Amino acid sequence: MNMNESISRAADNSDETVMSAQEPEAETRREDIKVEEGKTVGVPYADDPKFKLRNVEVFYGEDRAIKDISLDIARNEVISFIGPSGCGKSTFLRCLNRMNDSIDICRVKGQLMLDDEDIYHSKKDVVELRARVGMVFQKPNPFPKSIYDNVAYGPRIHGLANRKSDLDEIVENSLRKAGLWDEVKDRLDATATGMSGGQQQRLCIARAIAVSPEVILMDEPCSALDPIATAKVEELISEMSETYTIVIVTHSMQQAARVSHRTAYFHLGHLVEVNETTKVFTSPEHELTESYITGRFG
Amino acid sequence: MQTANLLPLVLVLAVVAYGLAFMRSRAVAAPLGGIRNLKALPFYYAARAALWSAIPALVVLAAWAGFEGKVIQGIVIASLPQDVWPESAGQASLILSQISNVAAGKLNPDFVPEHIAGAAGLLETLREQSRTFKAILVLLIAVLGAAFAWSRVAPHINARESVERTLRRIFFVCAAVAVLTTVGIVFSVIFETVRFFGRVPITEFLFGTSWSPQTALRADQVGSDGAFGMIPLFTGTLLISAIALLVAVPVGLLSAIYLSEYATKRVRATVKPLMEMLAGVPTVVYGFFAALTVAPFIRDLAEMIGLEASSQSALAAGLVMGVMIIPFVSSLSDDVINAVPQTLRDGSLALGATQSETMKNVIFPAALPGIIGGILLAASRAIGETMIVVMAAGLAANLTANPLDSVTTVTVQIATLLVGDQEFDSAKTLSAFALGMMLFVVTLLLNVIALKIVRKYREQYD
Amino acid sequence: MTDQRSQAEIVRQSLKRRYRKERRFRLYGILAIFIALASLFILFADIIGKGHTGFVKTTITLDVPLNSDAMYLDDPTDKDQISMADFSAPIIAALQTHFPEAEGGSARRELARMVGSYAPSEVRRLLEKNPELLNTTQTMEFLAHDTVSVYVKHADNPSYSIRLSERQQGWVDELVEKGVIDTSFNDVLFSRGDSREPGNAGILGAIVGSLLTMLVTLAISFPMGIAAAIYLEEFAPQNRITDFIEVNINNLAAVPSIIFGLLGLAVFIGLFGMPRSVPVVGGLVLALMTLPTIIISSRAAIKSVPPSIREAAEGIGASKMQVVLHHVVPLAMPGMLTGSIIGMAQALGETAPLLLIGMVAFIVDVPDGFFSSATVLPVQIYLWASSSEQGFVELASAGIMVLLAFMISMNALAIWLRKRLERRW
Repeated sequence: MNMNESISRAADNSDETVMSAQEPEAETRREDIKVEEGKTVGVPYADDPKFKLRNVEVFYGEDRAIKDISLDIARNEVISFIGPSGCGKSTFLRCLNRMNDSIDICRVKGQLMLDDEDIYHSKKDVVELRARVGMVFQKPNPFPKSIYDNVAYGPRIHGLANRKSDLDEIVENSLRKAGLWDEVKDRLDATATGMSGGQQQRLCIARAIAVSPEVILMDEPCSALDPIATAKVEELISEMSETYTIVIVTHSMQQAARVSHRTAYFHLGHLVEVNETTKVFTSPEHELTESYITGRFG
Repeated sequence: MQTANLLPLVLVLAVVAYGLAFMRSRAVAAPLGGIRNLKALPFYYAARAALWSAIPALVVLAAWAGFEGKVIQGIVIASLPQDVWPESAGQASLILSQISNVAAGKLNPDFVPEHIAGAAGLLETLREQSRTFKAILVLLIAVLGAAFAWSRVAPHINARESVERTLRRIFFVCAAVAVLTTVGIVFSVIFETVRFFGRVPITEFLFGTSWSPQTALRADQVGSDGAFGMIPLFTGTLLISAIALLVAVPVGLLSAIYLSEYATKRVRATVKPLMEMLAGVPTVVYGFFAALTVAPFIRDLAEMIGLEASSQSALAAGLVMGVMIIPFVSSLSDDVINAVPQTLRDGSLALGATQSETMKNVIFPAALPGIIGGILLAASRAIGETMIVVMAAGLAANLTANPLDSVTTVTVQIATLLVGDQEFDSAKTLSAFALGMMLFVVTLLLNVIALKIVRKYREQYD
Repeated sequence: MTDQRSQAEIVRQSLKRRYRKERRFRLYGILAIFIALASLFILFADIIGKGHTGFVKTTITLDVPLNSDAMYLDDPTDKDQISMADFSAPIIAALQTHFPEAEGGSARRELARMVGSYAPSEVRRLLEKNPELLNTTQTMEFLAHDTVSVYVKHADNPSYSIRLSERQQGWVDELVEKGVIDTSFNDVLFSRGDSREPGNAGILGAIVGSLLTMLVTLAISFPMGIAAAIYLEEFAPQNRITDFIEVNINNLAAVPSIIFGLLGLAVFIGLFGMPRSVPVVGGLVLALMTLPTIIISSRAAIKSVPPSIREAAEGIGASKMQVVLHHVVPLAMPGMLTGSIIGMAQALGETAPLLLIGMVAFIVDVPDGFFSSATVLPVQIYLWASSSEQGFVELASAGIMVLLAFMISMNALAIWLRKRLERRW
């Protein structure tokens, strides 16, 4: 069901009422469920967080796409963002490494701290930020170069390797971590666009790992992959959680359940609930979360 | 009757046919209970009558008008006494112009040989007859076509289908004109080229290093027998085109990159149309600019730093030609760069690459095939450009790579050899067609290759 | 962890160098745009700088004593007398009233060279028309001689050479002072054909020639281009013939224009025996040249009509042809018109193919029909620009300004049409 069509906001903005043209047989009518702005149920905060995000708001021109969200992301945790399409989860994710910068009309408000540094501070350098906060996209986007050059791209532009042998080592390590080494070690010079979709996505992960980021953002990394490739990527995410902080946006609730420690549920730009993943999927606190995970809408 | 008068007359007849057929179809329909009992609307019966009246008549008119001149000339020449038959096409055209001048009253018949005066009389009669027959035939066909269509106004005949079929055929013919044009180009250069190679060996033309097509007026003139080696023209063309591309490719490419990656919307909205204005300026204006402003400027500048420059230097023509093709390169590059998917940009930026690193390492390599295709198209445009070089480059076929020297190009030679009075049949005139053939073949090859590359590139990202 | 920390440090250290590169790259882009725009600016500034004086003519207003003795003319109605009479004498006499000291053969010759060489025939025409004016004094306005005109307009311009004697320069200065020599708007430019004398030359002939040529081009290429586009978009079956036609159109669009001149020379003039230098042949050649442009833009316009419109019309039983002619073509018309106007603007500026079909001849008369010898604006500019007479340079620039004005208004019309009529779906 398309949320954009079926849901319209109530005229009165202060009272954040959500209405829907839900089928009459639905037990809970969503227009009765209220989301209080800036109020998130569950455990949104952590001690000594990697990311400390407070009162974040994102505007596209006049539209407010993200409404007063506060959240902590702990070190070395895997947190997944779920919610119906258009709920703002990808927009929020892209704030974390300022990928929204390239959109002219996009403005971000609030406090976004990475290790106590304001990432939207005017002096903060986005190149340095992105070297620390890597990203993997929905569609595999390998560069039309060789496999080796794809992985070596990041280290090269950042000058991370002084010698060819260093670079070789980085490439091999990254490909090993991405579980791709054995598949491609004999054809590192082959062009990356010739690989299968799953391999391409793991290559993109290897490419992101190669610059040794502290955080990896994943924007629906498996939505373009088949189930076997998806399983491999998910396995990879679990392994990586030892070294990296991982934020993953996903459409698949099963995936969120399988890979993440905590799960955050977004709804129309609000962060409705954040909780331990098991809790979200067994006994959600908020009615909206419940109706979403039980599949009443989405 | 003149062709110019026949044309409107045929159209009037077609309109009359339309009206008559329209009325008749209504008359036929009336006893049947209205036009709903006809297979087609009255409009279609009427349109069919108009088409059948006009089209065959116009085709005959066009064919007659196209060939009557040649046929009459042939008959007139053939009527001349055997001993004055022209030996060459050049002589024939001379005699013919004499005859037609007498016929037109510009030349007193008493001052010309008797056979010319007689031929002039014949020419006049033939023209008169041709005019009469043409008018009768064309009008007859128009009336007959209309009458036939009029007789075929019947309720069981579907005139709409026939009108639509005819229209579709007309549309097809219009589309096929493109093919006819190509065929026309090929044939118009190929015949003369073959005749040229009958006089000048093809190897001399292709590999000769000296070009001086002036056939001698006096025996002691330099190059009196005419030299037809196209190498100096070829190198001259290459030199000027290379200078042009050296200007246009970096400037066009870099401005396209800046406009698509860095510029704000407002800047883009002002700069782009301004750049496109460069493409809209007629080439004769660039030629004027090159010949009267840039060339003297370069000569003076070179003199100032102690170099010797021709006042028709290749550099001047090349620089201005480069400016002319800047918008061409930049708009093609713009298309190609924008065709690179946003995901590749995001992928690179997310790794912490700066915009210029993304551009140089990811987007540019990905767009390279398309850019090369665009450069080839620009090269073909530079090679075929005529006015700038006609006005600003020289006529002397120097074999040199010095941009301050004067060189000549293939197009310059074609234009100079064919402007003004030509000696028909001389190797000099024919050589222009051989050069035209070379030009056509080279630009065609460049275009075909470039379009192939660009298309392949587009498919890659579609 | 330490690994990540040290790498972040490396990245931080490299930033300065990388941002320097980034700035340099951005600077190259700005420089490129600057070069392109500066070229455009210099081009226009140069042409306006050279050409604005072309819109100004230099005239000498004299009280001409039409004495029959001086002209050796008793009866202006007598053809023989008219042809023998000396009509420059009264002009010299008129000038001598200003400079009584100018006596003798060389002075008279220099005085005679103050006015344009057509001045005596103006006196003759006046007397032929009004014989009763003999032995009266008439105030007449003559075009100044080109050397005088150059001196008056360009005395401080080093790129012009002054070809007046010291004495003549003194005279001119004095006459300018007196207001006898004056400059005014050059109406000659817009009311006459070409001439060997810059002051007497106009672009009216070329404008009319261009107009006639464009009419032929439009009449052929517009309907044919649209018909071809309709066929290729709506009716053409997917087969080799269609592919071949499409390849041909795409390649023709990139064939150098001079090749079309060869085609015109060999086919229209050579094969069909059509006359040289006439607007019909020029128009035909330019029509073949612009046809691909018009076909390509018309196809784009047809493509942009949404399929829903077609389906709606087909749904009520319209035939394919009815759908196309009643619905698709009217909706695509703004786009087709825009493309055609742009194609026509290109054709208007085209020179090279017309050189080959003889439209480069020196033609004084304003053409009066599609079959009369003519030249067109860009060719006229070319002729003037390559003339050795220095007065023609400013005329060529003035001609360029007129040509550009035509082209800019055509393009503006196209933009206006697109904005005004184009629908967005």
